[in-house]
Amino acid sequence: MRVGVITFPGTLDDRDAARAVNAGGAEAVALWHADADLKNVDAVILPGGFSYGDYLRCGAISRFAPVMKLVIEAAGKGMPVLGICNGFQVLCESHLLPGALTRNSDLHFLCRDQEIEITNTKTVWTSSYSEGQKIVIPLKNGEGSFQCDDDTLAQLEGEGRVIARYVGQNPNGSRNLIAGISNARGNVVGLMPHPEHAIDTLTGPSAQGLGFFTSILNAMVK
Amino acid sequence: MAKIVVDVMLKPEILDPQGNAVASALPRLGFTFATSVRQGKRFEIEVVGDPTAAQLAEVEKAAEVLLSNPVIENYVVRVEN
Repeated sequence: MRVGVITFPGTLDDRDAARAVNAGGAEAVALWHADADLKNVDAVILPGGFSYGDYLRCGAISRFAPVMKLVIEAAGKGMPVLGICNGFQVLCESHLLPGALTRNSDLHFLCRDQEIEITNTKTVWTSSYSEGQKIVIPLKNGEGSFQCDDDTLAQLEGEGRVIARYVGQNPNGSRNLIAGISNARGNVVGLMPHPEHAIDTLTGPSAQGLGFFTSILNAMVK
Repeated sequence: MAKIVVDVMLKPEILDPQGNAVASALPRLGFTFATSVRQGKRFEIEVVGDPTAAQLAEVEKAAEVLLSNPVIENYVVRVEN
């Protein structure tokens, strides 16, 4: 099982994402933003960072990278796609996910260990978790406040597409404490906090982020 | 020479933490006039000669797909001399 990890100019977390993919039991395949093919991968991860320097808006330029055209096409056919942090922003700008990520409500760049609750375990990226399971993984961003209109919010909630929520005080002003969402089909997931930084207690606050990467393996093997 | 200006603003219902920070900095400097501040982006686009209607229509399209994010922002396209 091959999981592509895309590097855009300004991506930071591609190495950790690739490491997490391998730790989860799949094979990480490096993809470059200018690539014209997806190298036969079975799934794609858009990692965190500051692609294209966050110019214009976070993710706004990355959306038009050559590789994204292929990702958008493949996602439409059901290929699993996970966007973490900046990757989540890219997925929203690409309209693969609804809503937008805006400046944290208190303006601060946040970098801390954050407790989140997994609220949907039916997606291909969250099936290793149990419903309501609480995990602690790093949150690090300046523009992580999830915003959308009331109709979209009602739809996300009504269809159970909020896959994770912040526990405790709202860290960034996200509506309904939303930390992650999925598309209607459940193959595209965006998540603000970083599971790839929490796969080993030597370097992370926990190893509880690994579930995202074992989930995808389980989903593909089935 | 005339240029095309695109103003992009967060929609009124979207929280603008940067505008709020500016609003709270003003009175600290003795400026007490503001009841609210919203911060946006301004694009100045030059073309050869004066902008044509066709070019303005193209800019409208570009504003929709790239310069703004319609989920959270509104834009206005105009010609400025």
